Amino acid sequence: MTSQRIGVSTVRLVVNDEPHELEVDNRMSLLDLLRERLGATGTKKGCDHGQCGACTVLLGGRRVNSCLILAVAASGASVTTIEGVGDGTELHPLQRAFLEHDGYQCGYCTPGQICSAIAMIEEAAAGWPSAVSADVGAAKVSLDGEEIRERMSGNLCRCGAYVNIVAAIADVAGGRA
Amino acid sequence: MSVGEAVVRIEGRDKVTGAARYAGDIPVAGFAYGWVVQSTIARGRVSSVDDGEALARPGVLAVLHHGNAPRLGEADDATLLVLQDPRVPHLGWPVALVVATTAEEAREAAATLRIEYQVESHDAAFRAEHPRMYVPDHINPTYETETVKGDVDGALATAEVVVDATYTTPAQHNNPMEPHAAVAEWHDGRLTVHDSSQGAYAVKQALTRLFSLQPDAVRVVSEHVGGGFGNKGTARPHVVLAALGAAAVDRPVRVVLTRPQLYALTGYRTPIVQRVRLGAHRDGRLVALDHLASSQTSKVLEFTEQTALISRSMYASGALRTRHRVVALDVPTPRWMRAPGESPGSFALESAIDELAIACGVDPVELRIANEPESEPASGLPFSSRNLVACLREGARRFGWSGRDPRPALRRDGRWWRGTGVAAATYPARSNPSSASVTAEDDGRFTVRVTAADIGTGARTALTQVAADALQVPMSEVTVLIADSDFGPASVAGGSSGTASWSWAVVAACRDLLAQGAAAGTTAQANTGKAVAARPDLARHAYGAHFVEVAVDPHTGEVRVPRMLGAFAVGRIVNPLTARSQLIGGMTMGLSIALLEESTMDTRFGDFVNHDLANYHVAANADIQSIEAVFVDDPDDQLNPVGVKGLGEIGIVGATAALANAVWHATGVRHRDLPIRPDRVLNATYAV
Repeated sequence: MTSQRIGVSTVRLVVNDEPHELEVDNRMSLLDLLRERLGATGTKKGCDHGQCGACTVLLGGRRVNSCLILAVAASGASVTTIEGVGDGTELHPLQRAFLEHDGYQCGYCTPGQICSAIAMIEEAAAGWPSAVSADVGAAKVSLDGEEIRERMSGNLCRCGAYVNIVAAIADVAGGRA
Repeated sequence: MSVGEAVVRIEGRDKVTGAARYAGDIPVAGFAYGWVVQSTIARGRVSSVDDGEALARPGVLAVLHHGNAPRLGEADDATLLVLQDPRVPHLGWPVALVVATTAEEAREAAATLRIEYQVESHDAAFRAEHPRMYVPDHINPTYETETVKGDVDGALATAEVVVDATYTTPAQHNNPMEPHAAVAEWHDGRLTVHDSSQGAYAVKQALTRLFSLQPDAVRVVSEHVGGGFGNKGTARPHVVLAALGAAAVDRPVRVVLTRPQLYALTGYRTPIVQRVRLGAHRDGRLVALDHLASSQTSKVLEFTEQTALISRSMYASGALRTRHRVVALDVPTPRWMRAPGESPGSFALESAIDELAIACGVDPVELRIANEPESEPASGLPFSSRNLVACLREGARRFGWSGRDPRPALRRDGRWWRGTGVAAATYPARSNPSSASVTAEDDGRFTVRVTAADIGTGARTALTQVAADALQVPMSEVTVLIADSDFGPASVAGGSSGTASWSWAVVAACRDLLAQGAAAGTTAQANTGKAVAARPDLARHAYGAHFVEVAVDPHTGEVRVPRMLGAFAVGRIVNPLTARSQLIGGMTMGLSIALLEESTMDTRFGDFVNHDLANYHVAANADIQSIEAVFVDDPDDQLNPVGVKGLGEIGIVGATAALANAVWHATGVRHRDLPIRPDRVLNATYAV
């Protein structure tokens, strides 16, 4: 991560299975790197403060607010954005469920909701408890409505599509339980 | 028939794959980044701007301020006249724009600007008794400020039962998920803008005047819009700043506001104090209704929320008076936020009606039905349709209202006290003049063009359904292109008027094309201006009824909402899938403003202190449990060709009152101030 220029570093990232090496301003967030340098504008900026979840991506498979991560600090990591969650032509089951349940309106929070839900389902399968889990020692958490609502509360939706978002996620998570 | 079918959004795949492009996503070649610098004082003048250090920084292309920015022409809306003079009318007013080749450079350079002010004393303290409170000429948008029918004071003096209560609602911010963004590009004297807007044509009109251009020299596009709820309803300063910046540096400029910048620059709902006085017979029938609303505006632009409007159309009363007052303060300009007028107005009116029902010992559903008017109470106009009673009956049936024990504070469930509440809702069914065109393509398909905006409403999909039916073809043969001002004048996506207005123009164009034979290559155009104006005077409204169950923990002050059900009479439903979403979305925002939302003005500085999403709380997923919306039949042939009433706003109307009424039923404590915060619940409960 050294560079000839002051305030600039070389960052190596794998984004949606594609390797990238680029010089970035040390002040640049991972979110801005994705949007402004790679043109991956599916990831949205709603607050730039980690308060809304619109910029949620998967970093090494785990959900993160990409606005809170400096691009230089993410060097060497593998990132999956909304553009990379399907398998090219086929939609991810969560993407299909959001369509069927109308789990969005304006669509601005949607990429973050879907990335967040993908990781959230994995977290529950791995037994990570939430604030509403009755048994924090359980090997696996069953994702009922209350668990989904609690675990998805880092992703705000101002259009008020929560009811439909929960229905969409339950459809997919139910299939795994 | 496509209308009436539940259709997945046409742009849905783009939205779930990240392909949908919003204004800040548009990759205009060679653009630079504009960073908005806001005033740090509430009133005064900029005395100097030292940009020496900023201009010396790498990447910085320009620093615009009132001393060097290109001159603007005229504006209907003075909030758009930015960087034109040194006057600072409120905290957060734009005082400079830094343009640089990267966002990081622009932002850091902005931090080095040294801006000196001549500070003047300011007044940002709203109160209903403010000595400068006045009677405005009109209320938003063009309604009469006052209406009077009968002898209100006389009827109140002799009424058997009187309710006299004051209700307050705080400043609230729209907070769409997408902060306002625009990228502007000048080419051969023509201005092209991608803007996050609810009305591309309205923005084009504003820019045309501001930059003294010919109408065909400005194009505004809003491909996808990340919500707005009113605060993208007309041009906002960011788009003017982008165009000024682009003119100054001779390359495209993108301006994206930060979340905190929205709070002073894009509008909010004014704080409001309402006094409602009801006089009634002992059986609950009204003899007098008096509704007085006081709100604030800025010193830049007068905006008076039409808070008492709802009382002009809702209940029969021999004596009826509605009045508005406003005071101009050194504060940001309040504008539209979802159901301006009806949202706060219904909190007061529908809470007061609940208080009357309690005072009379009448069921609140039955009391509302007993006060059904035969014609619109204030105007005397006949209703085009009025199915409020059907909403109340159907909602009560589905919710399981019958047999409800009206007595408060009786239902304990562990630490929770449970209660239920009801409130009615109404919203004007507007249709505005619009234009549209339809072209029969060589391959047999059809292309519709209309400057509609889809801010999450499902307009693109609904208009495709409407056009397919009008052309008598399947939806798959119709492409609807929207949100490009080159398609001609059209209604804004506001006032719940969008689908009603645009579908009228689309149907007219499609019928004309068929009448002409629809030969390949032909285009038919329609403008509904005359047809809209020719409609008879009627009271056209949508209706609804909310039923809410709450659980209140009196020891923590927490209010949970296990159940909300709304029954709505909203004309013809074009797409039940997206229509339900809009209503549920409105109800969700209603819950949010009932319990959480409050912009707190620090009057010492004239600043909304909680200007981000960590401190201004909007409902999160865990705040929402069961919310359901159902439709009742609402045929109405006096609206527009499709029979659409619009449903973007009615879901929020009445929701706060139903919730507050349920909290009374749960606890015996009446909350007349929103939001119903835990501290208010705690203090009120312990005071009992």
